[in-house]
Amino acid sequence: MSTLAHVLEEAGLATITLGIVRGQLESTAPPRGLFVDFPLGRPLGKPGDADFQHRVLAAGFAMLERTEPGIEVFDEAIPDEGGLMACPIPPRDDSDVHPAVAEARGLRPAYDRAIARYGERIGAFRVVGPDDIPAAIGTFAAVAGGAAWKEAGIPGIPARVVQDIRGYYEAAALSLSDHVPAAFEATRWFQHETEAGKAILDARKQMEAQGAKQGLWQYLVSGAAAD
Amino acid sequence: MAVHAELSSTPNVVVMTDLSKPSSDRVKEFMNGLEAAEFDETAFTTPKPLSDSTVAILTSAALHHPEQAQFDPRDTSFRQIEAGRRDFKLGHWSQDVDQVGFAIDYNVVFPIDRLDELAEQGVIGAVSDVHLAYAGNQFEVSGVRMDSGPEGAKVLLDAGVDVVVLTPV
Repeated sequence: MSTLAHVLEEAGLATITLGIVRGQLESTAPPRGLFVDFPLGRPLGKPGDADFQHRVLAAGFAMLERTEPGIEVFDEAIPDEGGLMACPIPPRDDSDVHPAVAEARGLRPAYDRAIARYGERIGAFRVVGPDDIPAAIGTFAAVAGGAAWKEAGIPGIPARVVQDIRGYYEAAALSLSDHVPAAFEATRWFQHETEAGKAILDARKQMEAQGAKQGLWQYLVSGAAAD
Repeated sequence: MAVHAELSSTPNVVVMTDLSKPSSDRVKEFMNGLEAAEFDETAFTTPKPLSDSTVAILTSAALHHPEQAQFDPRDTSFRQIEAGRRDFKLGHWSQDVDQVGFAIDYNVVFPIDRLDELAEQGVIGAVSDVHLAYAGNQFEVSGVRMDSGPEGAKVLLDAGVDVVVLTPV
């Protein structure tokens, strides 16, 4: 990000760079860097809070008055409280399938409601669409149960498939909760509270045990929601 | 303190980190230590008054409109985001980015509505018709520095942009 600020400024554009990772901002030293101590993924701080977002922008635009490069710090931090989203999961399909597959089927109405309300800004669109999410989860459940990961039918690079599964669950979560979740609350819910999340964690351990390359199993989880 | 390798977003990197801190903070600590591009000199453009300036957003969130190609994990190209549209998808590949905030309110990453409001108030001169999205989480930025970055700058200059707000995720 800060690299682009240097490039744009060299081309004659004035830039303001918001930075969430202070060390990166300081190392790359963009012409005007505003350190915002916010969660990764929320550089304007608070979703749904226009006043707060305007404060961030105002602090950035004020840096246009500078006469030399520099980094400033926004005056309010948003800490990660480590919260967990409370999502009542709808009753599952009671057919004879893995609980994670049944769970995903049961979440489909909630997913559809979220997409209808917010648009498909997040969700299942990278590799696996919503219709195929339960089956994709089934492949990870199979690996978790001991199947060879290369033969389980995972429908793409495992981490990419998991991004879609996570997007499906996190979108659905928006329909199952009555508040704006803090950063990573929904991810923690998915990763630690759902059958799908548990299956993926177990599949990850199995892939490692089966000798898969680290880059293939490592990205199956969010480190930011590791606990 | 404990060795905690699983948090690393980079393969084969072991991080010493304080496990008493929230895991998202530990990820940021890890990212603090990643090698970053360094510039011997810092270019510095003095803009015209903000109230006369056209402002664009450049985000590294890998946003794209539905009909545009998705970003590959090591994709250093950019997508042009149209100012009048709100149908964008979050294509960033990192698992360590909160996505739900963007789902609820895209302005938390791409503050296009806020810029529209500032233009209406006369705080900024105008909102650019075109904005840019790149894919962050890149460990090799020479392509951005030498090719797609200058190409993006030209797009913005051709659109009459004076000031760019860069937002990461």
